[in-house]
Amino acid sequence: MIRQTVHFLDSRTGAVPFMRKSLRYIFPDHWSFLLGEIALYAFIVLVGTGVYLTLFFEPSFAETTYTGSYKPMQGLTMSEAYRSALDLSFDVTSGLLMRQAHHWASNIFVAAIVLHLLRVFFTGGFRKPRELTWALGLMMLFASLLEGYLGYSMIDDLLSGIGLAIGYGVVLSVPVVGADLALGLWGGPFPGDAAWESRMYVAHVFLLPILIGILMAAHLALVASRHHAQFKSAKRATERKLVGMPAYPAQVPRSIGLLFATAALIFLLGGLVQINPIWQWGPFEVAQGTNGAQPDWYLGWLIGSLRLVPGFDVTIADYNLIPNPFWGGALFPIIVMAVLGAWPWLERRFGGDSHSHNILDRPRDVPVRTAFGVAFFTWVALIFIAGSADRATVFFGLDYEAQVIFFRVAVIVIPLVAFFTTRRICRELKRSEEIGFDQERAEEEAEEEEEAQEAEREKEAAPA
Amino acid sequence: MTTSPDGEPESRDIVAAGPESPRSEVTVAALLVGAAVSAIAFIGVYSVEKFSTQHELMGLTLAASFAFVAAALILLGERVLPSEEVAEDYPEVAAPQEEEEVAKVMEESAAGITRKRLLVGAGGTAGGAIGLAALTPALSLGPWFEVAPLYRTPWRAGRRLVDDEGKPYKAEEIEQETFYTAFPEGSSHRNLGASIVVVRVDPAALMLPPERAGWAPEGILAFSKICPHAACAVALYRKPTYGPTQPGPALVCPCHYSTFDPGKGGEVLFGPAGRPLPQLPLTVDAAGEMRAGGNFSDAIGPSWWGIDMEQPH
Ligand code: FES
Repeated sequence: MIRQTVHFLDSRTGAVPFMRKSLRYIFPDHWSFLLGEIALYAFIVLVGTGVYLTLFFEPSFAETTYTGSYKPMQGLTMSEAYRSALDLSFDVTSGLLMRQAHHWASNIFVAAIVLHLLRVFFTGGFRKPRELTWALGLMMLFASLLEGYLGYSMIDDLLSGIGLAIGYGVVLSVPVVGADLALGLWGGPFPGDAAWESRMYVAHVFLLPILIGILMAAHLALVASRHHAQFKSAKRATERKLVGMPAYPAQVPRSIGLLFATAALIFLLGGLVQINPIWQWGPFEVAQGTNGAQPDWYLGWLIGSLRLVPGFDVTIADYNLIPNPFWGGALFPIIVMAVLGAWPWLERRFGGDSHSHNILDRPRDVPVRTAFGVAFFTWVALIFIAGSADRATVFFGLDYEAQVIFFRVAVIVIPLVAFFTTRRICRELKRSEEIGFDQERAEEEAEEEEEAQEAEREKEAAPA
Repeated sequence: MTTSPDGEPESRDIVAAGPESPRSEVTVAALLVGAAVSAIAFIGVYSVEKFSTQHELMGLTLAASFAFVAAALILLGERVLPSEEVAEDYPEVAAPQEEEEVAKVMEESAAGITRKRLLVGAGGTAGGAIGLAALTPALSLGPWFEVAPLYRTPWRAGRRLVDDEGKPYKAEEIEQETFYTAFPEGSSHRNLGASIVVVRVDPAALMLPPERAGWAPEGILAFSKICPHAACAVALYRKPTYGPTQPGPALVCPCHYSTFDPGKGGEVLFGPAGRPLPQLPLTVDAAGEMRAGGNFSDAIGPSWWGIDMEQPH
């Protein structure tokens, strides 16, 4: 039966030699290799729940009166988009579950990508021959941030509107072409004409998911083509020899198990933990604002940077050239992206190592990279934390302005301190290890020698 | 692959023998049954009439069903199926021969061309022009190169200030220590230039620029409600709570906490905004109703490259 099926497939498609290889593709074993897989599986859940949501959501700014079952909003004027999102939450059985699962999945998706990125960075997984894999991953991360932003922006509640207002301000601030870009995208001045809603929608449910899907496919194809990098944990593992478990039968059940575990977590959260309660925000109106609505965590670093930049525009007489949001909203993420994107090449150029690597580094073995990484991600994390300074004011009564001034200094000083401390720690760790190694090696050598001598003696003692 | 002396390939196992564990097999089966039961429970919860914890229970049953499958599969991998450690050489980083051949194909194919420059130039021109042509329809996306709409506001001298419902504001209704949102009578609320905040401060504390004398009758001031930083609505009003040591009243934007001083004509006190909140001149008519005395002091909304900040239209 199996043989017949395989033969049928092979004679019709010629795919069996490829299948033969794939079945025994080797996965080195380390928990941190699962982070990328979790992202992939969260993406699958995102597509599944997302398709369901599109069947009910109406991407339209057309005005309507709410008559659904959520009492506090009955009779309110709102857009069809918001109305359909409310109906999805209150009047479609399992609609709320799907919407919340979708939102949780997006959070888990981005979180898994970020952790995966950190793992790859600190272990040098981006080195030759995997620079392109790294670049594709970065593009995926940034496409996902935009995807998530558009997702909650098209609901057209107050949170959406505030987020979009800021996005509009940032696009408008881009030097030279800002106004044209913003007018082109929005189809007119903020809040935009009717087409803007369908543009967000087509980007969110079609263009960006396809882009992310293609990037993901290319990313995985490159991983498979160069094979996984591995830690030097198995004795036999070397730069030339990959050691691990074959795809089938060892890896497949575990991996699909992880898919189901990820889905279980997402639906558990989607069912039990409220996320983006859109009925609390109310419909968006240009003249409304609130300091209660928070965007998703993965945009927090941009809020932080927009808040930390001191208040100045670059102006000539009465003319503005570079308005303030450009620094925090556009330049900052571009710098982060550019530094991460250029890092493999920078390291090759200045680290003087242009060899191929299949064995991953331990962070301590490459003190400068590790120190740079810790400093860089500390910088981003501090700006991220600064984005929640207003929460600290609300919950702990800390003075907001004092916090901002503190962070303006901290984002410069703390990364520097982090750099030198980390480098020091790495070097110390390595040194103490080398001492340990030397001892071990000496002991081992002594042992070997003893064994050799013993063998010698036995030989001699043996009757000829 | 090894061969036996007579040249026939010896058939041997590819997959190493796994752990024999009948107990685990039973557990896996039990977990899968658990998954089925949970999935059916989900269908049940879905099918009954709406009740308050329905979606929580749906989430729980669906998650349980997935969790059972996850446990079953992981157990299957760990305890039932063989999971041997195998080793294999990494693929060669490069294939020098093919690289050479590809380069040769490219070179040799073009070897007979004498006017290479001309062809490349013409090709580049065609590609560029077609690229531009393909991008041109994108111009229909919006009013590109046409920034006039960005300046536009519905405020003109004499226009009445009305509230959310369209009821005109009377000067006597404007109290200190609170703030009001107003719109121009008969205009869409969606226009960025429409909404304003109205506050009343002690006229003695006013420090408006000289050219704005008379913009704040009785100490009533109006400003664009749209933050000049990034278009959020300036929705918070900080009022002094205890006497002179406290900072004075301020309009605050909840997005990045740009803070503006109404008494000084909207000057930035703190935060990222690079220019003041545009002020709207006010008058009080004979009936005691608030009217605009003209257009804003500056361009409203967030700035862009080349904006003339002094120019509302
Ligand atoms: S939008 Fe008001 S401070 Fe940024």
